Amino acid sequence: MDALDVARWQFGVTTVYHFLFVPLTIGLSTLVAVLQTVWLRTGDERYLRLTKFYGKLFLINFAMGIVTGIVQEFQFGMNWSDYSRFVGDIFGAPLAIEALLAFFLESTFLGLWIFGWDRLPKRVHLACIWIAAIGSTVSAYFILAANSWMQNPVGYRVDPETGRAELTDFMAVLTNKVTLITFPHTIAGAFLVAGALMTAVGLWHLMRHRTEEFRPAVKLGAWVTLIAAATVAVTGDTQGKIMTEVQPMKMAAAEALYQTEQPAAFSVLTVGTLDGSREIFALKIPYLLSWLGTGDPNGTVHGIDDLQAQYTAQYGPGDYSPVIPVTYWTFRLMIGLGMAGALIALIALWAQRRGRIPTNRWLLRSTLALPVLPLLANISGWIFTEMGRQPWLVFGEMLTRDGVSRSVSLTEVLTSFTAFTLLYAALAAVEVKLLLRYARAGLPDVAPVSSDEEDRPLAFAY
Amino acid sequence: MELTTVWFALVAALFVGYFVLEGFDFGVGILLPVLGRDDKQRRVLINTIGPVWDGNEVWIITAGGAMFAAFPEWYATLFSGFYLPLLLILVALILRGVAFEYRGKRPDPHWKARWDTAIFFGSLLPAVLWGIAVANIARGVPLDANHEYTGGLLDLLNPYALLGGLTTLALFVTHGAVFLALKTTGDIRARANALAGRVGVAAAALAAAFLTWTAPAGLALLCAVAAVAALVGALIANRRGREGWAFLGTATGIALAVATLFAGLYPDVLPSTVDPAHGLTVDNAAATPYTLRILTWVAAFFAPLVLLYQGWTYWVFRRRLDISHIPD
Repeated sequence: MDALDVARWQFGVTTVYHFLFVPLTIGLSTLVAVLQTVWLRTGDERYLRLTKFYGKLFLINFAMGIVTGIVQEFQFGMNWSDYSRFVGDIFGAPLAIEALLAFFLESTFLGLWIFGWDRLPKRVHLACIWIAAIGSTVSAYFILAANSWMQNPVGYRVDPETGRAELTDFMAVLTNKVTLITFPHTIAGAFLVAGALMTAVGLWHLMRHRTEEFRPAVKLGAWVTLIAAATVAVTGDTQGKIMTEVQPMKMAAAEALYQTEQPAAFSVLTVGTLDGSREIFALKIPYLLSWLGTGDPNGTVHGIDDLQAQYTAQYGPGDYSPVIPVTYWTFRLMIGLGMAGALIALIALWAQRRGRIPTNRWLLRSTLALPVLPLLANISGWIFTEMGRQPWLVFGEMLTRDGVSRSVSLTEVLTSFTAFTLLYAALAAVEVKLLLRYARAGLPDVAPVSSDEEDRPLAFAY
Repeated sequence: MELTTVWFALVAALFVGYFVLEGFDFGVGILLPVLGRDDKQRRVLINTIGPVWDGNEVWIITAGGAMFAAFPEWYATLFSGFYLPLLLILVALILRGVAFEYRGKRPDPHWKARWDTAIFFGSLLPAVLWGIAVANIARGVPLDANHEYTGGLLDLLNPYALLGGLTTLALFVTHGAVFLALKTTGDIRARANALAGRVGVAAAALAAAFLTWTAPAGLALLCAVAAVAALVGALIANRRGREGWAFLGTATGIALAVATLFAGLYPDVLPSTVDPAHGLTVDNAAATPYTLRILTWVAAFFAPLVLLYQGWTYWVFRRRLDISHIPD
């Protein structure tokens, strides 16, 4: 084991951990804003109670999202300083703009929303949660633009003298076709998680305690989940076509497709060795991979072996394929788990139709799995995206092993890896317990918000 | 003016903003066990910064992002070089941030006590370590010809940097005490005022010693003298119970002390103590003019907006707090 391996594990662990909280923040902030909007427009107090209930879950999650995000901002420089030197001219800009445009907006207006219930006029207070929600969505765009540049570098040249990548066209970076498709895919994935959580918690209360107030949340959550699932599928399909074009190795690795095929079949499930030497059992849908990858059922999909030969000729000797079992299975888990979550939401929506209160025991149990499935799907998708790019850090330009910090010792990386992993594990346990505690607690009572007098207790205090 | 100079000034301004705004956040966190005698009082303390601490913290994230974008070499060398102190700062900031949000989520006193400990150390460590880090930037560190940091952890813990850490600690505690005197009423206000008077003398003395050791010249010297003067002014205002002026004084003092370091540093961004030729300057560490131009447009447009709405937040939550305001 060397510093490179540990640095990769550290970035993987900290990023996956960060992304456990990100989708909920993006999705739930908007859904809470919708609930509060409905309350303000209808005056129906149920929606105020729902706003406060889901708002609390959102904030428990948001705290973890922020603190894990700080680490990411500095980790590039700490562990990947040679990468930072190489790409800083391009990669730094979206990061800095993200902080200036989105992080300030999100953190400041969320503070106003949390503490401003009795300090701000109702409409201004509502605007605060909307601005915070918009802020988190905007931040997703910029960070995805930065990541997409690593997948498909555009708008740059490499200075032959310094050996550094230099920005030549910022608009090209912002309108990278990988960014344009990854952004809606990721946002839809976030709404899939948030919608599923809203449905699951609401359904649990509806079934266990017959709390009718949760019914609107179940409906809203389930519809959001279903629409998000459809959007995820459509954007995922487009993304697959773009991926086949700009990163053919990733598509081949997703399918463990070794030989170039025309037409190529989609492997639903293959049991056997994934190095392609032996296949025990395979369930395949003919033409589907060609259609997914190229939009033409008879299109050519390049195989790993041919791409390896092509890259060796282009970039010199080396292994240019990612870890196939990881890419193969995370691709399947992403699709399978996400769709399983959407299916449960559909059943939930059907089971509570026309004022019914569902009684099915399996449906009640599935409320535990419902938010977890899309969350794991999100994680699988990111592991696929990131590990499918290996061995490249910047596709075609910089190998992962060349980007690591040379001045940082193995001991130092091991120290930080251990520290973050243990700390994150402990905090995850605390967070899950708190979420369950508050999810179970049910709807809070709402005190009427009175006018501005000096000595009245605050509407909210830490 | 060269865009590299503009961005050097902007990065410096982001650090100034961070130290002025998080300075009192750290101070409040460190004073939590000192001025908060029971749970209600500790909650008063925490809630003085409740709505704003998160927005204040974004200043350092933006500073990091701005360094990465405008001076990639500086960002890369600094953060890989100052590895372990930065790790400690990050762990501290993680625990502190979670503690604010989770502390009140369960009524159990042991639960609260544990998070209070996290708030205390989560504020104490960065208050010292940021001082050490910035002092090392001003003093320079061993860099090789590739601008890579070649020293160890102990090189960062040199006497000058340790004095810097002690100075920021004393400054932030004073700043926090003055802020608490400004934002509370009754018992806490009186005790915060008294404490600010005592720690403030040490802070002003440490700042004077540290800035003298920095040996500023020209504009930096002007900043240094004004910084110490502002701190002394803050002490006088504090004694007279003029809390607004006292807070303005500590804020100005901290801002000018940070400005002294950066003004003295220019045109270097990270000097090398081994060979001046190995050092990083605004020229050899900067991004391309094209990138800087884009960043300048974005900053010119959005930075004033940020100042405007953050200022508005402070106006919205301008009311003083007391234990009577803390709900059960």
